[in-house]
Amino acid sequence: MTAMTTTTATADTGGAAFLRLLIAATAILVGLALLPAVVDPYQTVLLTYGLVMAIAALGFNLLLGYTGLLSFGHSAYFGTGAYTVAFIVRDLGAHSMELCILGGLAGTVLVSALFGFVCVRHTRIFFGILTLALSQVLWSLAFKFFWVTGGTDGIRVAYAKLTLLGGLVDFAGPGSFQRFVFAYYYYVLALFTLATVVMWVIVHSPFGKALQAIRDNETRASFVGISVRRHRWIAFVISGAFTGLAGILWVPLNGLTTPDVLYWPFSGEIVFMSVLGGFRTFAGPIVGAVTFNYLKTAAVASTEYWQLLLGVVLVTLVLLLPSGIVGTAMRLVSRWTR
Amino acid sequence: MTIFIIQILNSLFYAAVLFLIAAGLSLIYGVMRIVNLAHGSLYALGAYVSAWVVGGAVGHAMSGALGLAGALLLLPIGAVVIAAVGALIEPTLLRPLYRRPEEYHLLITFGLLMILEDAMKLLFGGTPLSAGSIMDSMGSIPIGRLLYPTYNLVVVAIGLIAALGLWWFIYRTRFGVILRATSQDRRMAAALGLNVGRVYVQAFAIGCFMAGLGGAVVVPAQAAVLGMGVEALVLAFVVVVIGGLGSLEGALVGALIVSLVRTAGIQFFPEIELAVLYLIATAVLLIRPTGLFGRA
Repeated sequence: MTAMTTTTATADTGGAAFLRLLIAATAILVGLALLPAVVDPYQTVLLTYGLVMAIAALGFNLLLGYTGLLSFGHSAYFGTGAYTVAFIVRDLGAHSMELCILGGLAGTVLVSALFGFVCVRHTRIFFGILTLALSQVLWSLAFKFFWVTGGTDGIRVAYAKLTLLGGLVDFAGPGSFQRFVFAYYYYVLALFTLATVVMWVIVHSPFGKALQAIRDNETRASFVGISVRRHRWIAFVISGAFTGLAGILWVPLNGLTTPDVLYWPFSGEIVFMSVLGGFRTFAGPIVGAVTFNYLKTAAVASTEYWQLLLGVVLVTLVLLLPSGIVGTAMRLVSRWTR
Repeated sequence: MTIFIIQILNSLFYAAVLFLIAAGLSLIYGVMRIVNLAHGSLYALGAYVSAWVVGGAVGHAMSGALGLAGALLLLPIGAVVIAAVGALIEPTLLRPLYRRPEEYHLLITFGLLMILEDAMKLLFGGTPLSAGSIMDSMGSIPIGRLLYPTYNLVVVAIGLIAALGLWWFIYRTRFGVILRATSQDRRMAAALGLNVGRVYVQAFAIGCFMAGLGGAVVVPAQAAVLGMGVEALVLAFVVVVIGGLGSLEGALVGALIVSLVRTAGIQFFPEIELAVLYLIATAVLLIRPTGLFGRA
């Protein structure tokens, strides 16, 4: 509901609100661009991971927050992106990251179009179970066909083999890791910004409004003449493509892709991120993903039982703060300014 | 031929365990409309508790003083403990969420899964726990020219008894009537004076008991290891999707189908054995969303 009210609010006040949003977004972007100069490389890497996951959660939330479909199988698209990159680098011997992105996106769109075609026939709990079952098909294939996928060992993708911007930036010679960390951060930041803008345009377009209408009342939406199933399918493919892009960008950073990113608890983590930030808001998943990344890193660093810690956080969140970080913050701000 | 019989027995053993897990999952969904993602972890916890109790008792008792019967009697403790855990979880974690969309049900049970998985690591450590002494002392029976562990047959019998017992309980007792009434219409049941809150606790505890029992009976044959619950949950999902969420007969037939396919898969197409199962579940959801035995 919060998303609905905010979007109508922007539509009503028009230009001024949009300008404010633009200024805020630019300020955040400038802040993010200056950050690597201030913090040490480790923090830069951590933030890169956070931004990558933010793209994944942004894509996921097009389904949950805007279309009202809870997917428990988004690991499938993340993993497809990741494995396609690994195949391209290992089997085709390609070096260009742009080529990897194109190939990876093609692979994810294919898989999510196929899976989506099947899944959008159902809603609610059955949709969730279907997405989960299909993602597990991919997981079991990656797990069992070890002569293709390396099994649990996964496939190694060395960053040194890759070049950015069509070969303009490469990582050969000494000190290459530092250069990679630095360059890759800006690479991811640029794509993250692009992804965010594209997603913002999508959810504010007539198509996005139609999705929200479907979410709020399916029957009415179909009475207005919206083809519900096709809209859901397209939303599914877009959502999968965004999450796939995250998977693609994640591989060089991680240096390795394993079946873990296809296993269903990883889908649960993507859901967790969106809920942590607040899935009823546009910025929620972004904030949630970055926060989750820091939270998980801190938890893993401080205790062997990090999963227990995160579980407690999730349970507390669901019970006490169901609207997430951004949702709660927005409610507090609006109470304050009133 | 002997191999064939042994494979059939193996899949029956597997079906019995799977039925216990899936029946609990299905019962909880049928009554409370909650898909419990932590169900597999409860099964794993049951396995750990039983293995720990039996292992501890066998280790501490004077040699031979405990005996096979004693160890077998200790085995269900895991199930009872899990039922108690369930009776604790429902009022504290699930009850506040019934009015909220079902996304939150999935989320909270996912959080519970994370907690339980690590709680097991914390309590029992990373080394697998087994109650293998039970299986060893039961010996084996000859089938053709080969030997087959007697314990596996006991598990098949337990599975059968559990299925019959649950059926009797749900369709032939007063409590079963109350359970089914609540499942069909919660508000109507409440209006007729039933204590719905209590029915929910009981239903959830029974579901958890089944999961715990599944863990308890499996642990003499296979050691309890970390991650077994997460794996079992997805298979239990496949079972209830094939059979129909909320249907007891469905859980039984689904468990038989899944375990037969799996046994055949391991024999003939090991690479795609799991993929085939998930694809069957997908096909069933597409053709008959309510499963083979589901109603609404």
